[in-house]
Amino acid sequence: MPLLSVQGLTTGFLTAGQFVPAVIDVSFALDKGETLCLVGESGSGKSLTALSIMRLIEPPGRIEHGRIVFKGRDLLQLPEREMQPVRGAEIALVFQEPMTALNPVFTVGDQIEETLRVHGRATRRTARDRAVELLEAVRVPEPGRRLREYPHQLSGGLRQRALIAMALACDPEVVIADEPTTALDVTIQAQILDLLRDLQARLGLALLLVTHDLGVVAEMADRVAVMYAGRIVEESPVGPLFSDPKHPYTRGLLASIPGLVPGRRLKAIPGTVPAPGTLPQGCCFTPRCPSRFEPCPSAHPGITDFGGGRTVKCYLHGRAVEPATAPPGPPPHGPVPQPCPEQA
Amino acid sequence: MALLEVRHLVKEFPRRRGLFRAAAGIRAVDDVTFSVEEGETFGLVGESGSGKTTIGRCILRLIEPTSGEVRFRAEDVLSFSRARMREARREMQIVFQDPYSSLNPRMRAGDIVEEPLIIHKAGRKAVRVERVAELFSLVGLDPAQRARYPHQFSGGQRQRIGLARALALNPSFVIADEPVSALDVSVQAQVVNLLMELQERLNLTYLFIAHDLRLVRQICSRVAVMYRGRIVELGGTESLFEAPAHPYTQALLSAIPVPDPAATRQRIMLDEEAFDTGAALREVEAGHWAAI
Repeated sequence: MPLLSVQGLTTGFLTAGQFVPAVIDVSFALDKGETLCLVGESGSGKSLTALSIMRLIEPPGRIEHGRIVFKGRDLLQLPEREMQPVRGAEIALVFQEPMTALNPVFTVGDQIEETLRVHGRATRRTARDRAVELLEAVRVPEPGRRLREYPHQLSGGLRQRALIAMALACDPEVVIADEPTTALDVTIQAQILDLLRDLQARLGLALLLVTHDLGVVAEMADRVAVMYAGRIVEESPVGPLFSDPKHPYTRGLLASIPGLVPGRRLKAIPGTVPAPGTLPQGCCFTPRCPSRFEPCPSAHPGITDFGGGRTVKCYLHGRAVEPATAPPGPPPHGPVPQPCPEQA
Repeated sequence: MALLEVRHLVKEFPRRRGLFRAAAGIRAVDDVTFSVEEGETFGLVGESGSGKTTIGRCILRLIEPTSGEVRFRAEDVLSFSRARMREARREMQIVFQDPYSSLNPRMRAGDIVEEPLIIHKAGRKAVRVERVAELFSLVGLDPAQRARYPHQFSGGQRQRIGLARALALNPSFVIADEPVSALDVSVQAQVVNLLMELQERLNLTYLFIAHDLRLVRQICSRVAVMYRGRIVELGGTESLFEAPAHPYTQALLSAIPVPDPAATRQRIMLDEEAFDTGAALREVEAGHWAAI
């Protein structure tokens, strides 16, 4: 059984009394020690998927249905007081923008120690030592001094390291990193990616990496799920995805990467990603798809399974149609949780 | 002859050291020299804080450089009067990075594109309206959308509006400051293609400022690599990417994520002790210079 599995997750927003889905029937599994990359453009639903796993969806956002099974328990069924010890301790989240994810009025040390104390992993007395250890683990030079500094005194790369240290504070089994290097320069990005890979190998973490950069995917992923307009349209081990992409969108994304054939025009995908609530009929990629044909605009394609962990939702590869109603799952439980202040 | 020449350009920003003590400057741009040939795309790359954006702004005198020389068609831009400078800006335009903050949210798209025509008194209303429609089509926007506001456009479309505005006065030289870095990959490719196409059609010369090295490799003929306000390496794109000579360029290129899972990666870590930050550029190969 996988460590974490997401089954038929549908998340969206209540707009004018109507539910507008932004994550549609998303399913994937994550094993211990594995890196799964969720890749997609803005508005594809990749970040919202990550937040749904943490149950950090605030109104008007809502998890409509689905199951998020972690170590045999459906997280969506847990009362908030049982979710709290999971969030941050067993499943940790690293945010994209390290400046906004850290609280500017507390020192880095205060924030790491708070995480430790909230989850009962350290007392006031032992927290400082553990915080130093954590900063050492993420290779922050002079950790003792850095702990006493405020976020604005740190460079972007150091702030991201501090955030990773916070995420690791309670020895999580799953780390979700949402575009952890997007705001960073390329040399710093390389260092952070190396660090994540190293930590993962050493601690046996399951890493869910959300990114839009296929270069990062190629460096980091064991498996990849490509999202488009709320759905996972292709899932594959990383090698075959790059050597033999199945979905026209994946092919288009790969062809859009600059620098591979200098001087030439890129094979751009025409048009733009549709906004939630304005999804076209049938397959959402139809209006932009160079290979569209007669079944595409009728209904969204279902899963075609190639075996070996390769699946795609596209009529080029099979006639499966997406089931009209999402797979059954009991409605999510309890009130929508509020994120911790540091994370807001 | 070069269209644009930049010689020994310096920009210091004052840094206050306490209330009454003398300010000690930060050299954002430190003795930068390069030239851009007519019709080429010259790339200026570097990480944040390397001074690349400051150079672009100094060339257009959106900020005044501390010292140095900027020559456009052999004329000394820095000695221009305000009126002459405004005249020169017909020829030299800029496209900004962020299509969200560089367009006035209270103006309609058509008015944004028309504004430079009004400022430069380019024709009567009817002529301007026709020109705006032409510019919309040129950058791949539907002229029927001219009455919409910026927020009603997607990021890629907004960048097209910015491009139409920059092209309104038929410039020969365009500074593109990170023109696609705020856009999604698939949209980014569309705008990059548009930039390349417009260059051919209108015989434009670009100064392309970017941090994305893959992008620079795609469209630039020559590249200068900036590090802490200085150019550390300058050369033809292929020569520089294939055989980087400066340790910083080597580290930078090795950090680019390669979109191939089977690629072997060798990260070169930057060792600042390993090179002299004050070294002068010397020619390592014909047309390829490095500060080593």
